[in-house]
Amino acid sequence: MDRSSHPRSRRIAPVVAVAAAAALTLAGCSSSSGGKKSEEGAANASAGKATTPRMTVALVTHQAPGDTFWDTVRKGAEAAAAKDNIKLVYSADPNAGNQANLVQNAIDQKVDGIAVTLAKPDALKGVIGKAEKAGIPVVGLNSGLSDWKKLNLLEFFGQDESVAGEAFGKKLNEVGAKKVLCVMQEQGNVGLTQRCDGVAKTFEGKVDPQNVNGTDMPSVKSTITAKLKQDPSIDYVVTLGAPFALTAVQSVSDAGSKAKVATFDLNKDLIKAIKNDSIQFAVDQQPYLQGYLAVDGLWLYKNNGNYSGGGEQPVLTGPAFVDKSNVDKIGEFAAKGTR
Amino acid sequence: MSMTQQAAPAVDTPPAPGPKQSDGRTRQRPMALRLLARPEVGVFLGAVAVLVFFLFAAPPVRDGSSMANILYQSSTIGIMALPVALLMIGGEFDLSAGVAVVTSALTASMLSYQLTMNVWVGVIVALLVSLAIGAFNGWLLVKTGLPSFLVTLGTFLILQGVNLAVTKLVTGNVATDDISDMDGFSQAQKLFASTFTVGGVNVKITVVWWLVFAALATWVLLRTKYGNWIFAVGGNKHSARAVGVPVTFTKISLFMLVGFGAWFVGMHQLFSFNTVQSGEGVGQELIYIAAAVIGGCLLTGGYGSAIGPVFGAFMFGMVQQGIVYAGWNPDWFKAFLGVMLLGAVLINLWVQRTATRR
Repeated sequence: MDRSSHPRSRRIAPVVAVAAAAALTLAGCSSSSGGKKSEEGAANASAGKATTPRMTVALVTHQAPGDTFWDTVRKGAEAAAAKDNIKLVYSADPNAGNQANLVQNAIDQKVDGIAVTLAKPDALKGVIGKAEKAGIPVVGLNSGLSDWKKLNLLEFFGQDESVAGEAFGKKLNEVGAKKVLCVMQEQGNVGLTQRCDGVAKTFEGKVDPQNVNGTDMPSVKSTITAKLKQDPSIDYVVTLGAPFALTAVQSVSDAGSKAKVATFDLNKDLIKAIKNDSIQFAVDQQPYLQGYLAVDGLWLYKNNGNYSGGGEQPVLTGPAFVDKSNVDKIGEFAAKGTR
Repeated sequence: MSMTQQAAPAVDTPPAPGPKQSDGRTRQRPMALRLLARPEVGVFLGAVAVLVFFLFAAPPVRDGSSMANILYQSSTIGIMALPVALLMIGGEFDLSAGVAVVTSALTASMLSYQLTMNVWVGVIVALLVSLAIGAFNGWLLVKTGLPSFLVTLGTFLILQGVNLAVTKLVTGNVATDDISDMDGFSQAQKLFASTFTVGGVNVKITVVWWLVFAALATWVLLRTKYGNWIFAVGGNKHSARAVGVPVTFTKISLFMLVGFGAWFVGMHQLFSFNTVQSGEGVGQELIYIAAAVIGGCLLTGGYGSAIGPVFGAFMFGMVQQGIVYAGWNPDWFKAFLGVMLLGAVLINLWVQRTATRR
């Protein structure tokens, strides 16, 4: 090797070559299958548009960046806002203190209504009181089923995670599962724990919880494989989010296990997997509906004084099961990212 | 592993030119102690200890396919830990390495899908983007003289935001579309994410790449001029510059090497899971850095090896999966991981202190 030549030009040469190659491929190499071209031009759900006066609604969630679930909630909220002549202000922070600040921010903007998730109700108690003092109606969605009344919210839209877990457990009994692995992608998340606990409550077999590192897919895959090896009696893997279910399918085959996979929550790839039998069923809390109803609920309250659930009972959006029997119908909507 | 022998010479010799070690101190110390003073020996002993521990504590680990699984997990950390270690020997580190992996995967996936191109187009553009991110980190660092902590913290935040915002803007979702039915996918999958069978055990191709890259990095570090430059800029960049080492080139190219690693791991993730979620990768940078540090690279630069991080990454994979194979209470998962790793670092430190004490 010639060690004394000029490193700069040596470095640049391959880069130029690669760039040229890239330009060439860009010019001539398109894919004959898949891709954007094969995607059908699917429009979002839309209804007529309200002529009521323009109002502003803030939706403040505890979304962590990049989570497909919250994306669907937001799409529902946007659809309702477009229909109701509402300007929607969306903000989110997984840290409860920061989320409280975002609610305060909405109050300062003098919005006409606030929709908020109550993942950590105590942290939001103070700021929700302030909103009420300022005369801004507040509704809850997604998490906080046990606390929304204590905090004097108008109404609540969501799924009881324990109820969903219990329904899931019953379904597992129906399909004859004996031992279940419950995969938690975020250690210490209350909602996820409630799901696994709910499953354990109604399921007649045994439930083993397993934490995985949700931000690193290869690690998720290895860990599920390892667990299936460690305990070959596991015959069902239950994941608490759609992307993890698809990974679990690979783990099952890596481990040479016969376990089946079922999951909480949906996305469009999952629909395909249910169709080709690699995933048995999914329980759907209908995040689109949560976002939609929360915004629409505020509009109804402002323009017609309505209370969904009579202000006494929560409005449940789940659990709805998606399996081979209804996957075709739901698949059409999931392809648009709204289910 | 035969690479240990390959790594044997020259690692603990100071790279700076000047007087040869003729003061006799090194010659008087016994062979065993000199061996122990090498950066990779402590971690090697730590890795062996962890392996033996889990062979007893977790019976499934003794199975060949379990070991393949542990090696797979180690390789996805290890492929990134290698350039991260070289960068660290060169005196810098990179906090953006974790999200850069996802940036690369997102770029390849979205470009191919949105333009309906052969996936190789996306793969190549993603490589250019990854190298450019590395070059930007290095260039900003060299030009401003800011510490790498600040520069790469900035890039980390930028990439995290861009990953999310651009994905949402382009796909309308926060995850990319499935590209598994597109032209070139199966070829690329063979290269980045295939599986082969050795004696009835399915082994992931990343394990092979990991070892190939490790051998390559060891050779570069110990047998080439560039390797000497890395030690020199990490030791003292002013004296390195004074003796004619191209400091700017070395630093920028090291960051670009991390970019290359991020690209490779990103491609593995894309072709093994078909879609990418834009929020992934956060926190992984610390695991890469940890694997390099456990592998005997100093946070202050100028010291370390390429084979050390291989054992560092192996230890990570071993502990992480070993806990699962042992069937321990998963609530304690991270605590176990932390205790085992601290233990390993302490063994590492103790071995080196004992070996270098006179």
